[in-house]
Formats: sequence, structure tokens, C-alpha cells
Amino acid sequence: MAKLKRTIRDTQQDAIAQLKKSIKPRLRELRFSLFLARKSLLAMIGIIMVLFIIIIAIFAPVLAPPAPNKDPMEIPQDYQLPKPPGAAGHIFGTGLLGADIYYGVIWGARTSIVISLYIVFVAIVIGLVLGAIAGYYGGKMDELLMRITDIFLSIPGLILAMAVCAVLTRTLENVMLALIIVWWPPYARIVRGQVLTIKENTYVEAARAVGAKRSRILFRHIVPNTLSPIIVNATLDIGSVVLVAAGLSYIGFGPPVGYAEWGKMVSDGQQFFTGTVFWQGVAYNPWWVWVFPGLFIFIFVMGFNLLGDGLRDILDPRLRR
Amino acid sequence: MFSTAGDPVLRLRTFVIRRLLLLIPVLLGVSLFVFALTRIAGDPAAAYITEKMGPQQIAIIKEQFHLNAPIPEQYYYWLDGVVHGNWGYSKVDGVPVTTAIANHFPATFELTLVSMVIAVVIGITMGTISAVRRDTAVDHSTRMVALAGVALPIFVLGLIMQYIFSYQLGWLPINGDKDVQGLYLINAPSWFLSNGTTSPTGYLLLDTIFHNDWTRFIDALQHIILPAITLSFSSIAIITRIMRGSMLEVMNLDYVKTARSKGLPERVVIKKHARRNALIPTTTVVGLSFGGLLGGAVLTESIFSWPGLGRWSAQSTLTNDWASILGFTLITAVIYVLANLIVDIMYAYLDPRVRLE
Repeated sequence: MAKLKRTIRDTQQDAIAQLKKSIKPRLRELRFSLFLARKSLLAMIGIIMVLFIIIIAIFAPVLAPPAPNKDPMEIPQDYQLPKPPGAAGHIFGTGLLGADIYYGVIWGARTSIVISLYIVFVAIVIGLVLGAIAGYYGGKMDELLMRITDIFLSIPGLILAMAVCAVLTRTLENVMLALIIVWWPPYARIVRGQVLTIKENTYVEAARAVGAKRSRILFRHIVPNTLSPIIVNATLDIGSVVLVAAGLSYIGFGPPVGYAEWGKMVSDGQQFFTGTVFWQGVAYNPWWVWVFPGLFIFIFVMGFNLLGDGLRDILDPRLRR
Repeated sequence: MFSTAGDPVLRLRTFVIRRLLLLIPVLLGVSLFVFALTRIAGDPAAAYITEKMGPQQIAIIKEQFHLNAPIPEQYYYWLDGVVHGNWGYSKVDGVPVTTAIANHFPATFELTLVSMVIAVVIGITMGTISAVRRDTAVDHSTRMVALAGVALPIFVLGLIMQYIFSYQLGWLPINGDKDVQGLYLINAPSWFLSNGTTSPTGYLLLDTIFHNDWTRFIDALQHIILPAITLSFSSIAIITRIMRGSMLEVMNLDYVKTARSKGLPERVVIKKHARRNALIPTTTVVGLSFGGLLGGAVLTESIFSWPGLGRWSAQSTLTNDWASILGFTLITAVIYVLANLIVDIMYAYLDPRVRLE
């Protein structure tokens, strides 16, 4: 019995030692990555900006509690002329139809995060599958898929998105669909290029030699190794998606008036641009109606751009050491 | 095909011909995609119908444009029309789409060109300075500006420009491409009202020069400054980044060290030796950002009420003007793809190491 106990203990210790051994280099890598991130001031600023946006998105119900039994994405309005920042109950003032700007920018963070993550994720999945198939199987399949990609890449993104939006009804979901159509082709290209180089590696040949199925080789051995450039690109794209989505809703596609979306808030605020409003006997030019949502778009995009730049330096082994 | 390995001119010609031939399937694909989009939603006949038409005329139109035919046949007839210059009728402008494109094109091209010049001059200067003074305060602030340039939405930047320079300071006109209330309405120039013969190009800046009309030239120039700067901002950012990167790369090469060790002044080394070669990758980016400018023009023109293709296309998409949507999507695809082709050719011309294949 004692012998058995000892054996069990030994195996346990062995397993732990094994685990430690396998985790150790990974931990070291992670720590090194964090060290590199800390060293880069710009990447740190980016992380802070991104965290700021994520925190206000998560704590939106606490920061700006919505009225009960109402869609929280709809900004509460008092149907009066814009009031300047600091007016009772409105830190950032009010905008079109007396919509509270503070409430709008807080909940707008949710809109931006949801649409950008969703669009980039779906675009990556489509690009990954098509690009991997094109790169791995080659031949006619490659030719066909890449020509289709070329077609989508030959129209500037915003204009393609506009054309798609034009035929659909004006909702946020359709803007997202249009942006997915715009965003997958670059990923298909990146993945195809990666697959073309990776499939020449000896470990792929080894997998083939032991008789692995082609689909298994492709999705277990090749695709995971294409992820690093995709992650960098995706981080940068999260910012760009928000820019283009905001641009589309500025033009007039996207959510209706009063919805918590930054681009829409800027365009709603524009009609007071050269106007004057009176509040407690003082004349104001309502700059706040477009400055605050604009500032939040800037923080969001800048944060993800800085983070993406930093990630590129960290993840690219050639730039690391 | 022919063996043209020896002759660079012949090689360039085969390359250009091959690339132009490759354009055909791409543009066919674009047209097929957009055609499919317009058939998914809406009545295709609406593209050809004006308000004055009665039901009988509409039936005639439907017959005339084969809109009762099966979809593939419709595509064939539509494509046939496009090839023969019949692009449909623009509801927004009340003229045929081809006329609308011809009317709006000069304004957009002028705006894009001016902002391109601004972007190239500022971007290359900033990129060079940033690379030469690497890791100094100048470099850091330049890089911050470059990063901010990509992160600021173009419509917010436009609003900031209008707010500061028009609304607060009153230095520049707030929107439009000319002073419609002062100069043009009350005292309209004869050359502007009549078309064709006296307005030779349709480009406001050029026409005013041709007519020796300096008051209106300055007016047009004042109107173009704000939208051009707004449009150029993101290109400035991209060009600065690429210029800095390629400058840093070139400065480490042996021939630059040789130039230095020959005792050449640093100014000459940077200007004549390093910058010339660092410009090659920048050229590519300049060409590629042309497509970005076309997209950005939609927003910039909407903010500044600029009478170009961008604002027209935004208006057409918002009013479901199918013929116009098809028209501008096709025309932007053509411009974009041609710009890319020109970039490739220039790249091969500037860098003899690149082989055309």
C-alpha cells in the first residue's frame, strides 16, 4: 500500500515537473512580451486608451443608468434646444432633440466595440477559410478565389460599402453586413500568402508522410501558424472598421436619430454647427454636440492603432531581439 | 508569347497590355456584382424613369430595356448599354448618368490633385526630417501627428477645420467651390454661364487662369484649401510613415556610408543620395492612397458641399438612384485599378531591380 502511495506521489510529481517544464518557456516568452510592451511608451498609451473604452462599455449601465423599460441604446431626450456642458444633469451638454451627449458617448462605446469585433471576426473567418483553401490547393481553385478577391479589392472600401448599403434597408445590422463584404478580401490575401510559404516547411511534409488527411494538415498544422500577422492586422482593423462605420452613419446609413452611435451623433450635431443657442440668457455656439462623440471615436481608433503597432513589434520574431 | 527578354521597352509594353487585358475580367466581375445588388432590391426600371412619364411610357421603357426578360438576359442588355455609353438616367441630377459623371468629375479630380500635392510635399518633408533626426523630439511629435492623422475621422477633422478657420477666424469660406452669393450670382462671368467654348476644361482653377480672371481664381483657391487639407490629412500620415521607414533603411546602406566617407556635406548625402532612393517605396504608397482619397472624397465633399463625384454618389445612394450607383461604382473601380497599374509601371521605371512579369 505504501509502495503504491509512493508511486502515485512520484507520478504526480513527475506530471507537475513535466507541466512546469512545458509551461516555463511559455511563461518566459509571455513575460518577455510584457517587458517589450512596457518598454514601448506608445503601445502602453494604446493599451490605456483601449482599456478606457472597454471599461466604459462594460460599466455603461452604472456610468449612465438607462430609464427602466426602455432600449438602453436609445439616448434619453428632453426635446429642447441643445444645452451647454454643465447644465443640470448633463456633464457634456445636450444635442439634437435635447439628447444627453454623456449618455450617448458612454453607450456608444458598446456599439463601437460590438460592431468592430463582430465585423473583424467574421471577416477573418471568411478570409481564413478561402485564403487557406486557395493557398493550399492551388491550381484552378486558387485562380478562381483570387480573381473573386481581386474584384472586391478593386473598389475603394467606403464606396463598396455604400453600394451594398444602398440596396439594403438602413439599419446598423446591414451596415455591418456591408462592412464584412468589404473587409474579408485582404485577409484572404494575407492567409493565402502565408499558407504558400508555410506549406513548404518540413513539418508539413512530415505530417503528410504519416498519412494525415489534407484538411487536417491544412487546419491543424498550417492555419494556426498564419495567426500572428492576422492578429496584428485585426487589431489595426478594429480601429479602421469604427472609422468607416462612423463615416457611413455620418453620410446617412446606419442607425436612426437618437441611437447611441458616435458617427450618427456627430452628424446629428452638425446642424447646429454655425448656429447659436441660448441657455440662461447666455449665447453659445453648440460645439459640444459634435466634439465629444468625435473625441471618443478618436480615442478608440488611436488606442487600437497604437496597440496594433506595438503588437507588430512584439509578435514579429525578426523585430524582437 | 513573344520572347521580349532583351528589350526593356517591349517588355514594358507587353506588361502594360497584359495588365490591361486582366482588367477586363475584374471589371466584368465588378459590374456583375453591382448589377446583382441592384436587382436584389428595388425596381430596375426606376433607373430609366423620370417623373414626367406615365404608365404607358413606363411599359415602353420596360420593353425597351428588356426588363421583362430573364435576369441573365437583362445583364447582357445592360452591359451592352454600358459599352455603348448608355448608363441610364441619374434621378439626383436629372441628366443621363454619363453626363452627371462628366459634370462632377472635374471638381473631384481637382480636389484630389490639390490634396495629393499637399500630402506629397508635407509627407515627404516630415518623413525625411523625422528619419534624419531619429528619436528626437521632432521625430516623436511627427510620429504622433502621423498616427493621429489616421485615427481622426475625416468628417470630424473637416468640422474642426470649418469651425476654426471659417466660423471662428473667418479666414476661409465654409463650403462650396465658389462664392455663389457674391461673385457668381450678382456678377456672373460670361464664360461660366455659357458652356463648351468659353469654359475649356471645367476645372475652376484652370479656367479662371485661362480667362485671366484673378479675382475668381483667388476665390476658387480659397474655397479649395480647407477641403483639400482635410482630404490630404490621412495621406500625409501614411506617406510620412513610409518615408520615415524607407529613409531609415536607406541611410544604413553602404553607398550612403561611401558618400559620407567621401567627405560630402550631410545635406548632399541626404538630398541627393538617400532621399532619392527612399522615394521609391513612397511612390507606391502615393499611388495606392489615391484609392483612399476617392473614398475620402465622399465624406469630404459631403461636409464641404463640394460639387464632385463623392457628394453626388452619397446623394444617389441615399435616394436609391440605381443607375447612378452602378455608374459611380464602375467609374471608381476603373480609376482605382488604373491608378494601381500606373503605380506598378512607375515602380518598375524608378527601380530597375524590379522586373516586370
